[in-house]
Amino acid sequence: MEELIGFSQENLWTEIWPELTLAMGAILILLFDLFLSKEKKGNNICGAFAVFFQLCLLIYHLFDYLLINHTFDRSSFSGMLRHGFQGDLTRTFFLLSSLCVSILGNRFLQMQKLRFGEFHHLTMLATAGLMILCQSSNFIVLFVALEMVALAFYPLVAYNRNSTKSLEAGIKYLVFGALSSALLLLGIVLIYGVGANPSAWSAVSPGPNGMDFLSFDYVALLLEENQGHLLLRAGVVLVLSGIAFKVGAAPFQIWVADVYHGSPMPITAFLAVSSKAAGFFLLLNLVNGPFEGMSEFLFPLIGFVATFTILFGNLAACAQAKLKRMLGLSGVAHAGYLLVAVMASMHLAGDSDRAVWVVYFYLYVYLFASFVVFGVMSLANLSDDSTHETEHYAGLLKEHPWAAISLLVGIASLAGIPPFGGFIAKLMLFNVAFEAKLYVSLVAMVVGVVISIYYYFGWIREICFEPKLRFDDDIPLENPWSKLGNIGFLKWTVLVCALVSFVLGLWQGPFGDAF
Amino acid sequence: MDTFQTLLLGSVLVPSIASLGILFFLLNDKHMAKKVAYLAFGFPCIAGIILFLNFDPNHTGYAYEILYDRMGLQSLGITFHLGLNGVSAPLFAMAGFVGLAAALVAIQSDTDRLPLYLSMLAFMQSGLMGLFASIDLLFYYLFHEFALIPTFLMIGLWGGRDRRTIALEITIYLTLGALISLGGLVALNVMLDAPKFDFPSLSAAILADGLGIETQKKIFGLLLFGFGILVALFPFHSWAPRGYEAAPTSVSMLHAGVLKKFGLYGLVQLALPLLPAGGLSWGPYILLLALGNILFVGAITVAQNNLKSMIGNGSVMHMGYCFLGLGVCSSLGASATIMLMCAHGLSVSLMFLLANSINQRTNTLEMNEMGGLAAKTPLLACFFAAATFATIGLPGFGNFWGEFAIFLSLGGYGLDGSGEITEKHLFLVLAALGIIISAIFGLRAMSRIFFGEQSEELSAHEKKSKINDLSFAESIPAVLILLPLMFIGLWPKGISEGIDTNITKRYELLEKGGSNFGLPSCCPVDQVLKKTVNHQRQSEAKNVGEGNQ
Repeated sequence: MEELIGFSQENLWTEIWPELTLAMGAILILLFDLFLSKEKKGNNICGAFAVFFQLCLLIYHLFDYLLINHTFDRSSFSGMLRHGFQGDLTRTFFLLSSLCVSILGNRFLQMQKLRFGEFHHLTMLATAGLMILCQSSNFIVLFVALEMVALAFYPLVAYNRNSTKSLEAGIKYLVFGALSSALLLLGIVLIYGVGANPSAWSAVSPGPNGMDFLSFDYVALLLEENQGHLLLRAGVVLVLSGIAFKVGAAPFQIWVADVYHGSPMPITAFLAVSSKAAGFFLLLNLVNGPFEGMSEFLFPLIGFVATFTILFGNLAACAQAKLKRMLGLSGVAHAGYLLVAVMASMHLAGDSDRAVWVVYFYLYVYLFASFVVFGVMSLANLSDDSTHETEHYAGLLKEHPWAAISLLVGIASLAGIPPFGGFIAKLMLFNVAFEAKLYVSLVAMVVGVVISIYYYFGWIREICFEPKLRFDDDIPLENPWSKLGNIGFLKWTVLVCALVSFVLGLWQGPFGDAF
Repeated sequence: MDTFQTLLLGSVLVPSIASLGILFFLLNDKHMAKKVAYLAFGFPCIAGIILFLNFDPNHTGYAYEILYDRMGLQSLGITFHLGLNGVSAPLFAMAGFVGLAAALVAIQSDTDRLPLYLSMLAFMQSGLMGLFASIDLLFYYLFHEFALIPTFLMIGLWGGRDRRTIALEITIYLTLGALISLGGLVALNVMLDAPKFDFPSLSAAILADGLGIETQKKIFGLLLFGFGILVALFPFHSWAPRGYEAAPTSVSMLHAGVLKKFGLYGLVQLALPLLPAGGLSWGPYILLLALGNILFVGAITVAQNNLKSMIGNGSVMHMGYCFLGLGVCSSLGASATIMLMCAHGLSVSLMFLLANSINQRTNTLEMNEMGGLAAKTPLLACFFAAATFATIGLPGFGNFWGEFAIFLSLGGYGLDGSGEITEKHLFLVLAALGIIISAIFGLRAMSRIFFGEQSEELSAHEKKSKINDLSFAESIPAVLILLPLMFIGLWPKGISEGIDTNITKRYELLEKGGSNFGLPSCCPVDQVLKKTVNHQRQSEAKNVGEGNQ
């Protein structure tokens, strides 16, 4: 027993209490699902418990690091995890996102008559994994956490077993996800191979002995000493490729449209927000941590990827008829903008961490705007949620003004129209990009934002203006807004997210001081 | 906060609060919504007059300043900072007048969903007042966007033919312009690193350590093309006539009259005084593009058959004169541009207003389906004649003084310091041709609408509904615009004094700057005037001599 206590104290298990609690909650839900009746009632209990549990955890966690125990930079598990204010912010981000996904999920599962238990279980597990992932400071933890997330996501994407689209998306995500994991792993192995025995690969040994060869600190020293080493460069590029897959950056974006299209609506939102954000938090940790020594080598690479991503995402999104595909590709464009901020953070490293805060602020704004949009979309009473088109929204303003206005706020925030949060995020992004002298990327961003107006405003147009004239022989559209049924928390989630999107445009609060 | 500051803040806040009030509570109460709209537009108009009259023309800085500096982006120096200076005070008052007139037109028009229409219009008005009152650059930009968003929605909801396409088209076009100019503003923010991101702090920062010539050129280019797209500078003008043709009357009035001045205001207040080297090196190109506006778009205007698209094209054409005044890069040119901006804002919105009145009577905007209206609507014909004369630039209206001073500054530009006539005077000659073009389309429109024989279409329409002259209520908005227009025309000193004091002080760097930057200096204006006066004296002396003989 004493050994156990010693072990626990040494490794500071309490440091990861939010992750542990969340995983515990996930297991509880599975138990509920096992022992409660399989009828409607059991489902309802699972759904309500998941939402309530995550809400409590979120609130308690916020109180914990903002008011009770002020957070500071520290590490646990022999340096394998690193915690701090940024880590806590990412935890809040994922908890918030997971809470919204659960609320959206309840609506979706109820409409499609699917089982509740596993959905919430997997969502919460994935979230716990994401939280660990973004605080990892060792490539082993990074890979294990990433796999945990990926394994939870594969079944979630294919969760709607009645829909061939969903199953197809599941397979595609599995294949591409496995490929990206393989690339990432190969990259880690290359770095490890050189790092463990530098002299065998004619690399300079970074000095201190006894360090873990996979820890971020050791890799940072190693790369600093061997900036021109071919194998190390290959390793770094492969690791970044694996992450580029996750965030959907071109040229690794090919899966995005199909997978977003086929996944259940809440999972599309989960992929768009949490999965992408995790990629960026991780990328920030990597390029400003272990990969800092390679900055010179990485600039042109990331610069090219960012520009290509922005242009590809926006141009491809213009051509989409289905809204979920359009949102997926516009998400690719947002990934491009964020890559520019990541590049700026590399340029400004040492001078200021403003660019890092811009990424955080942008992602938070993106979270609120996305959940407004996906929330309103999941209200729609469509038999197959992959058929969403802009024309379905023609009657929304008349039938449910609150939903229509929230949706307008969400779209405007995504498009970066003032006075919503998205505009301030883009303004900050322009600012840091300019400060870092990334002129080409700036031009690409301006062009991208202008192109994006075409599809975002096209949607706004359908919501606000008179519907487009239809021919008699057109297939009649279903009206998805007539019978919404029980929408529960969803209404409040959408309204609160819309309100926050609006407030963040006028008052940036604590974020403003950090810039 | 004293009374004047309250008025300034009120003229920005009252319309937006009224707008929200109508949106949330009065959407189904047309009668009450109209009353609220009177307040929402009357307040800024009256406040604008009071603040303008109370403004001391010898004051070079800002008056009535309001500052709130906890907006959340402190590190960028962004604050909520309102105030008026000699340049913005007349434009602020002009925005109030045009806004009230546009609202009166809207209230009388009785469109469907009128409360929603008034709500959006009030929101737009709030943005317009704010943009001229704002000292902080981010808010200056934000207020412009506040006014643009309702523009798009209103074109889409109440617009004319092709409104869905046109709403999307101008959204994309104007977003491009707004983003490019935002890029310029961000560049200024980053490069100068001033403690506050507003006009005076940036000026101080520039004086402390100026930017290099190459940097100035680049930033000026961004601002010029960004703002240029928003002001419909040739060749980026194609959105404007189509947009104005499709937009409902009040929106055309506010956009063409006031909102489009955003870009020019930015160039006069910000780009030229802060980036003198950029201005001097881009100057010749501005002049060339401005001639494109005047001659090319002017020629298009002459060919228009539709009254609204003629007015839209004509307003784009007259923007060319404003750009000429800027391209000269002298304090005279800039002051003249401000003068013309005020006058043009009034005259073009009067034109749109009257076009609407004509449309209500004839049920068409095609000019060849009208004719002989003057006999039935003498009052309307009078107003239209006044508006046309103002547009052409005849003395008695504000436009005359603006255009006259711009020609004067062009004359100075051509003199090249030596006092001789050079090839640069070609700009002056070509620009003067524009007056003839305006006269052609203006007078032709007059004759085709009001004189000559009544067309068959109009006679057919008259059988269905009788054509009445303007009623008393309908003439109020027209009078409301015509009065300040004639005030400027008959007593230009009323606004020019404040503009002069401000511009002369702020343009010192530009006036002196030419030789410092190794660029051709602009010719001091007093030299031009001296030359002219000497020349007159000589000829007078000659005449006297001849008389003696």
